[in-house]
Amino acid sequence: MSAGRFGIHGGQYIPETLMVAVTELEEAYEHYKADPEFQKELTALFNEYAGRPSLLYYAERMTNDLGGAKIYLKREDLNHTGAHKINNVLGQALLAKKMGKTRLIAETGAGQHGVATATAAALFGMECVVYMGEEDTIRQALNVYRMRLLGAEVIPVTTGTATLKDAVSAAMREWTRRISDTHYCLGSVMGPHPFPTMVRDFQAVISREIKEQMLEREGKLPDAVLACVGGGSNAIGAFYHFIEDKQVRLIGCEAAGRGIDTFETAATVNTGKLGIFHGMKSYFCQDEYGQIAPVYSISAGLDYPGVGPEHAWLHDIGRAEYVPVTDDEAVNAFEYLAKTEGIIPAIESAHAVAQAIKMAPDMKDKIMVINISGRGDKDCAAIARYRGEDLHE
Amino acid sequence: MSKIAQAFAGGKAFIPFITCGDPSLETTEELVRRMAAAGADLIELGIPFSDPTAEGPVIQAANARALSGGVTTDKIFDMVERLRGDVSIPLVFMTYANVVFSYGKERFADRAKAVGMDGVILPDVPFEEKEEFADTFQSRGMDFISLIAPTSEYRIARIAENAKGFLYIVSSLGVTGERKEITTDIAGMVSLVREHTKIPCAVGFGISTPEQAEQMARVSDGAIVGSAIVRMVEELGVQAPEQVEAYVRAMKDAVRRA
Repeated sequence: MSAGRFGIHGGQYIPETLMVAVTELEEAYEHYKADPEFQKELTALFNEYAGRPSLLYYAERMTNDLGGAKIYLKREDLNHTGAHKINNVLGQALLAKKMGKTRLIAETGAGQHGVATATAAALFGMECVVYMGEEDTIRQALNVYRMRLLGAEVIPVTTGTATLKDAVSAAMREWTRRISDTHYCLGSVMGPHPFPTMVRDFQAVISREIKEQMLEREGKLPDAVLACVGGGSNAIGAFYHFIEDKQVRLIGCEAAGRGIDTFETAATVNTGKLGIFHGMKSYFCQDEYGQIAPVYSISAGLDYPGVGPEHAWLHDIGRAEYVPVTDDEAVNAFEYLAKTEGIIPAIESAHAVAQAIKMAPDMKDKIMVINISGRGDKDCAAIARYRGEDLHE
Repeated sequence: MSKIAQAFAGGKAFIPFITCGDPSLETTEELVRRMAAAGADLIELGIPFSDPTAEGPVIQAANARALSGGVTTDKIFDMVERLRGDVSIPLVFMTYANVVFSYGKERFADRAKAVGMDGVILPDVPFEEKEEFADTFQSRGMDFISLIAPTSEYRIARIAENAKGFLYIVSSLGVTGERKEITTDIAGMVSLVREHTKIPCAVGFGISTPEQAEQMARVSDGAIVGSAIVRMVEELGVQAPEQVEAYVRAMKDAVRRA
């Protein structure tokens, strides 16, 4: 079996034209991963540019209100650009620069990864083109403006369902057209090898910090770590250093949309089946003939019909649990965290908060960490609309 | 020699591609018959996929039209079965890994063999992943067609050594679609292949005019055309077969001149 497997998942199912690009990337990544100078530069970028380490905040009011688990929030929302996405992007942009690439292309759903990529491109003086589903450019108009302000070109993708999966396809097609000077800065732990491994390594800083901070604060490991899962990069980042600590429950919260018994859902592990798409073998929402299903979630960042191959494997071996969270539950949690802790989470992260609200009361004397993967400013207009209020930004 | 290899035995080959079910399977059937009558040496039948990542806008749109028209893998198998009553030239499926995988690769290959297919092209299955699919088809007497691209370079040797049927030479970077000119050194790629195998090499991606087809066939064993034909089908719909027949005839003449 080919490189980059997680159990049966992963692999490199891509056109021959791109094989040279992923092979070159794999070699460069293996080289720089072991290079102390590269790691030093990346750490400096994390600490001095992105604002790491991010806080591990004890949510006392939420803890008291729910009356069960002691709840900590990992504040990835406080990172520069407002989400965990910057961790991966700084890693890939630095790597691309070392490889002599001068141009970054990226897909984006909610716009957070696009903004992070545009930011890194500005920082490194690189050209940047972001592909975004036309539907999402409407849902996330503010992020489109931010990307353009940062000097990136934003190309609305009108094919297919005009959402994240179509943006990924468009970026892959563009990479096929222009390889020599261009790095495809993929935003999640998905796609062909080495992306799932490389992106996970860059995001693993989240769980490394949680572990250190938790041992310092509580002198022990948490009992559960919760994170939302679309492609799954913030979740794998929050889970990774706990995978070997079997007593720590790892809970991935999928976007159920209007419910997993409806067709308007994006809960891949809960409703999908094994398939091959976007360069990887994993679970995908698809019909009986393997046509990729149109998925739905209120959250543009979780609106993806697949899941990263390492998550598929963690599911197979029973190491992580993947639970569905509906739009309604996520919106309630979005409002709850704002009112209870004064923290407005991204609607993506609110899926993990919603699951925490369900679980915490039954976890007396236990410790739970919720990864707040991003901040929710970008979502305010959409949530207002969901509640029947029309905001004019 | 496989039936596909025989298609190249009588001189330079012309290989048209169409998307099955665009705009209807009845039209696809008529297109296949007319293209065969016009001298096509082998026909690629596209099984539509919702997200064809190797395709340009013309074939992407054809895939979307076909799927919204209700075509399925099973209906396409049935169509091939009907065609085999009178069409004898080699036919290969061109589709994406998930279409085959989700059907069950053995079940897919059994059915493909039973209806009379000669091979399959999966553009998202490179050499590294080929093992998963190739034997399933080859053990049933069908060819699993390999592709090489302008970026393949050092990869050409091992791809060529293992290639079956014919070798699909991707003429240019990027996705499928018509191009004004093809600047890749195709002759150089073919001679690299020739160091390892005698397998026929056909060039595709970007070819639309008889001049391009002739030019490509001169340095290889044949030319493959997809988007230009699919665009005619898009523009003319059920009226397309007559014009496509004339086009294929002209293109076959062009590769003969090469």
